[in-house]
Amino acid sequence: MATKLELKSYKADTHNNWCPGCGDFGILTAMQMALFQLKIEPHRVALFSGIGCSGKTPHYVNVYGFHTLHGRVLPVATGAKIANKELTVIAVGGDGDGYGIGSGYFINAGRRNLDFTYVVFNNGVYGLTKGQASPTLAKGIKTKSLPDPTILEGINPIALAVGAGYTFIARGYALDVRYLSNLIAQAIRHRGSAFIDVLQTCPTYNDLYTKEWYDEGPEGKSRIYKLEDTGYDGLVHDADDGDELVAKKVQAVARSYEWGEQIPVGVYYRVERPTYEEEVANRRPSLGETSLVNIDLNDRDVQPLLDSLR
Amino acid sequence: MSNQDVTWLIGGPQGSGINVSAESFARAIVRGGLRVFANIEYHSNIMGEHSYYRVRVSEQERHSILDRVNLVVALDDETLVGEPHVKFTGHHGHLDELAPGGAVVYDSAMKLDVAKVARNDVKLYPVPYQEILRQTLKEFDKEDQLSRLRVMMNTIAVGASLAVLDYDVSLFGDVMREGFKGRRREIGEMNARAAALGFAYVQQNFADGFAYHVQKKPSANGQQARPMLIRGMHACAFGKIKAGLAIQTYYPISPATDESVYLESQQRNYDLVVVQTEDEIAAINMAVGAAHAGVRVATSTSGPGASLMIEGIGFASITEAPGPVLFLWQRGGPSTGLPTRQEQGDLRFAMQLAHGESPHIVVAPADPQEIFDDSFESFNWADRYQMPVVVIVDKYLSTSHWTLDELKMSGLKIDRGALWHQNGNAEKYLRYAFTEDGISPRALPGQEGGIFWSTTDEHDPEGHITEDATNRIKMMEKRMGKLGLAAREIPTERKLQLHGPDDADVTVVGWGSTKGSILDALAELDGKDGLRWNYLQIRLLRPFPSEEVAEILRRARRTVLVENNYTCQLGNLIREMTGISLDHEVPKYDGRPFSQEELIEALEKVLASGERRVFVSHLSA
Repeated sequence: MATKLELKSYKADTHNNWCPGCGDFGILTAMQMALFQLKIEPHRVALFSGIGCSGKTPHYVNVYGFHTLHGRVLPVATGAKIANKELTVIAVGGDGDGYGIGSGYFINAGRRNLDFTYVVFNNGVYGLTKGQASPTLAKGIKTKSLPDPTILEGINPIALAVGAGYTFIARGYALDVRYLSNLIAQAIRHRGSAFIDVLQTCPTYNDLYTKEWYDEGPEGKSRIYKLEDTGYDGLVHDADDGDELVAKKVQAVARSYEWGEQIPVGVYYRVERPTYEEEVANRRPSLGETSLVNIDLNDRDVQPLLDSLR
Repeated sequence: MSNQDVTWLIGGPQGSGINVSAESFARAIVRGGLRVFANIEYHSNIMGEHSYYRVRVSEQERHSILDRVNLVVALDDETLVGEPHVKFTGHHGHLDELAPGGAVVYDSAMKLDVAKVARNDVKLYPVPYQEILRQTLKEFDKEDQLSRLRVMMNTIAVGASLAVLDYDVSLFGDVMREGFKGRRREIGEMNARAAALGFAYVQQNFADGFAYHVQKKPSANGQQARPMLIRGMHACAFGKIKAGLAIQTYYPISPATDESVYLESQQRNYDLVVVQTEDEIAAINMAVGAAHAGVRVATSTSGPGASLMIEGIGFASITEAPGPVLFLWQRGGPSTGLPTRQEQGDLRFAMQLAHGESPHIVVAPADPQEIFDDSFESFNWADRYQMPVVVIVDKYLSTSHWTLDELKMSGLKIDRGALWHQNGNAEKYLRYAFTEDGISPRALPGQEGGIFWSTTDEHDPEGHITEDATNRIKMMEKRMGKLGLAAREIPTERKLQLHGPDDADVTVVGWGSTKGSILDALAELDGKDGLRWNYLQIRLLRPFPSEEVAEILRRARRTVLVENNYTCQLGNLIREMTGISLDHEVPKYDGRPFSQEELIEALEKVLASGERRVFVSHLSA
């Protein structure tokens, strides 16, 4: 590409209608920074989203953008990646989108280990429909838009991702943009299904988990801390070592239940496993060399199939 | 003449290998220069429930089943008398379906006293399956494997039935040998021997006297005939592969799964990925994603799965995705309904398939050649008109076997529709640009300069969300207008066909899988009592060929609608689209296809009684 890549190469010239102060801005900027950091040309990226405030993200990024259906972003992104494995595929969505209506796809996408990145904007509420409780809102919590505290348990996305089989599992914080962009860059570089749960503030409907709540915990210190600062290592060094695999998964799940005074961000778990694309190529070597979309499928000979019925 | 046709039926518990037996029998028959039409009926069950195969043997092409049977091959007593001990019995056995002078081949060790329950005019052929099996195994020194090889009793029964028909058992032996190659070669040999022993037993122990013989037909060139025994699902898969299918997504469901599993079996032979998804919602959305990414993609399901897929169809439609192609293999509904039985109940559903007003194409092929052609052409339509295409088929089309010498494959042309190329074009690319014919050239993700946005919200030409009224009007006209374009461009022979004389006394109207029964019934009826019959087959359902249909129906003197459902959905559609009401209707909603006799009886009753609605089911007690 002739034009020199700049951060603004990834910015679309579109009117943004998120609320002022929304945590989504942090995630959007982090994503654009990550793509710029990796110097991936915009036309080689396809960004998919579900429905909700987070669903509008693709419209603000200058890459191929697909704003799909509520909860179905992962199947759509999966189909595109299988068709063209050379694309950098990123999926985004909210916590209601991914862990509620899309929970089945969240789990099954982990099983495939297709090479893509999924970023969830987790703010504990359904913002666009004015603040109903999302699947991550803890039991007994009442945000200002709820008439009563929620009586359902909140789910643990990190633990769920471990069980589903994601090979890169991380958590970020929307208002630490530099750190988050680094996490997203790592996730994109990772070969396999990468998942990042991003703690995101919703200044309009979540009056509990606010910027102030995250940044000014007990003794005025931030609740957020980085896993690596405590010597935590989420990487599985030998993927064939069953004991290490289990130990690293258990460690990730245990840490994911830390919440309240101390909230860890960073890479919880990472392992190198054969990707879906590699498994497909094992079955049909030509698909290891070329994406389906680039194979000439004219003039296929089906006569042997006909003759097999004689 | 159909009264010279012979119907051979094999019945037994599900999972007892009757499919292999019946298909091998059918193959042996067609290699003798004859033609077969076969269909299978089975329960939604893995093992034990009654299932049966019906093979119609004829010197001519046949496209339907007969309900009278000439020879029943019974692998259990339920095949003969049904389940009299069950309160609401699922079936009554096949003894009653026997034609006068028909015959039964059964295990002489069967507890049921067949002589007591069978009519006087039925010929009985008790054969000691077990003894012959032992003898076969002894010859191969495999007596210790009796229980593992019990399934060979089927082969013995088929061999015995070939003696009753006075047919060449060696043709069947050859088919069995071909079916087992390499290390399993001996199994083929054993089966060929078992068939020969069953055959010899009947020859030695029963005097000839069976009225229905099947004679080989000598071929013109002295070569053995080698036609295909093809099912609708094969034709579908062949059409897709030929059209360049790259990805098929599916979630297992009867009766659609066979097609996807067949495609899966070809993943090592073609550049093709079949994805078994977590549900039908994932299947359709994955397909939409792949379509936008630029490959030819299909998904396949039945009614319950299609119910889950509808939001994905709307998604494809508003984002003008080039596809996917959705094969809808209908079964008995509503809800779970009759999972393994026949019905044409989803026509109106397929016409709408999504909320809001969204364009998609619906086409209804009616036999393997049409399924192949429509399967192939659907991908061209999807690419050209940038919309999903629904091919509506059914259980009967998927599972029936036709005898076919060749599929016609000449003149097939792949058309990927309008694609965007940069070509030094400095103008900003607009994925949803307004154009004269409503079709905006599409870029593919990965293409330099082609970045676009796409949203399920209403959008502007760039693909960004807008609720502007003027834009809305233009976008609605752009999307819906593509249906009109398709209607103008798709050739008439693809939309409908008038079979038989141009000028007839009675015009039968139908769509999809009833074609075979209608053609066979009309072959009998046409000319009888001086009446001429013709048949209007409507194949393209959306966009509906209103003008063409109206023109034919206005000329028709008397019209009879034939449909495999309760509400006569095509009749209602014709009235909606043309204002014309058909004179009579023959619905069928017993979960089974029309047999030739049922349809003839119904059509004759229509003429004799003048009743508006005539229902005939030979299966209802």
